Amino acid sequence: MLELRSVSYRYAGYRRLALDRVDLTVADGEIVGLVGPNEGGKSTLCLVAAGLAPGSIGGVLTGAVLLDGESLAGRPTHELAGQVGIVFADPASQRSGIAGTVFEEVAIGPINLGLPVDDTVARVRGALAALGIEDLALCAPDRLSGGQSQLVALASILAMRPRHLVLDEPTAELDPEGRRLVEDALASLARTGTALLIAEHDRQLLASLGARLVAIDGGRIVPAEGAAA
Amino acid sequence: MADEAADLSAPDAQLLARLIPPTPTVWDRYNPLTKATLAAATTIAALGLGGYLTQGLLFAALVLPGAIAGRVVWRVVRTAALVTLPLAVAVGLVSVFTRPGLTILFRVGPFDATLEGLDFAARVVVHLFVMAAALILFGATTSPRAFVVDLERRGVSPRLAFAIGAVLDTVPAIVERAREVLEAQRARGLDTEGGLLRRATSILPLAGPVVVGALHHVEARSLALEARGFGRPGPRHLLWAPADTATERAIRWLLLVAVVALVVAAATGAISHAP
Repeated sequence: MLELRSVSYRYAGYRRLALDRVDLTVADGEIVGLVGPNEGGKSTLCLVAAGLAPGSIGGVLTGAVLLDGESLAGRPTHELAGQVGIVFADPASQRSGIAGTVFEEVAIGPINLGLPVDDTVARVRGALAALGIEDLALCAPDRLSGGQSQLVALASILAMRPRHLVLDEPTAELDPEGRRLVEDALASLARTGTALLIAEHDRQLLASLGARLVAIDGGRIVPAEGAAA
Repeated sequence: MADEAADLSAPDAQLLARLIPPTPTVWDRYNPLTKATLAAATTIAALGLGGYLTQGLLFAALVLPGAIAGRVVWRVVRTAALVTLPLAVAVGLVSVFTRPGLTILFRVGPFDATLEGLDFAARVVVHLFVMAAALILFGATTSPRAFVVDLERRGVSPRLAFAIGAVLDTVPAIVERAREVLEAQRARGLDTEGGLLRRATSILPLAGPVVVGALHHVEARSLALEARGFGRPGPRHLLWAPADTATERAIRWLLLVAVVALVVAAATGAISHAP
């Protein structure tokens, strides 16, 4: 379970709160759709929920972020890998730049977790198969379309098998077929008990996933009904 | 890695074998660290040893065989010449006309072109050419990915691998970003045609956004890697690594010893008059 208890967050060098007393719970196997206008706080909430803010980017956080009841405070980001994963909107910025093939790109996470080679191979094969992109395994990551790149980024996180997954507009760059693959993969992930928090403008996608909607505007949770997408 | 490969199923082992970058020639197949050591040793030797004959021998013994075996003789010579050319012009102009000497070749206004100046410039250019050729041979016959994986296998931090990858990726990323910004600005009426001055005044103000965008890209990428456990300490099991042999390890040690001996000899003045 992923919990935010009265979380406020301010970016380093800023006075204004990017998140203001946010309470949010994503139960195991639940899909929560985070909606709201641009600059409303969706991406910041994703960074905080994944432990990257303030862990990697600094800033000041008050309140508590809990994974399965355990606080993230003071834990280095690399310790959280495997427990919580995050997929960003821009696929290009998620490419490592150090892998020659998609297979190696997806393998980076499991290798970082210190897994033996056979486990890494099994996880990478599983992640690629889950998204229907096994045929990309030997392709160069920098030669893919935007949609393919996003699927590879998602596969890179799935290969780490996190119990909690945060996605910041994961289908923004996908064509309808890619969107369907992601939708199916997310639905099947939720069935395995993974807690999913998805910031997304596409309410149709959230509806088809049966997501519970939570709206954020001005850094505060607001009623979902009528909130801007 | 070899032990772990034995545990893999045949399809998995075949798949991992296909991840290894192609090595089309004998020279490509040598371990990247061996080729890097050779390039470094040649560079240091070219820097420390004196005359044309020694430089020629260095090129013939340490660069040419690799270039022939790697089928990159023309590429190495041409690229080394292109890299050396601008420096040759600069060094030539400065040395030929400013270095004092007894043999005057010709005069241009108040400046005397001396044979001694020409000789000095030629020596510098030959040194630079041999050094450039050694490094280009390494670059032309080594996959950056294989080099990075090999370093990582030897315990070098994956952060260094990322740094090398980011550096290699930064230039194309900046070029791509610049193209996007330029096209966007053209669509809004920015005049990027005409003379050099006009183009420069149009394009220079775009440099800031391009560089900031590239830096943002690197920051976002490092954040995504952090989320994939990039900084995690402890052992890592790589999918493949370039082959290495006892012979190559011995060659690397020999090169290292030779370089140390050369540096000591140069420092004590024992080889200051090499032909």
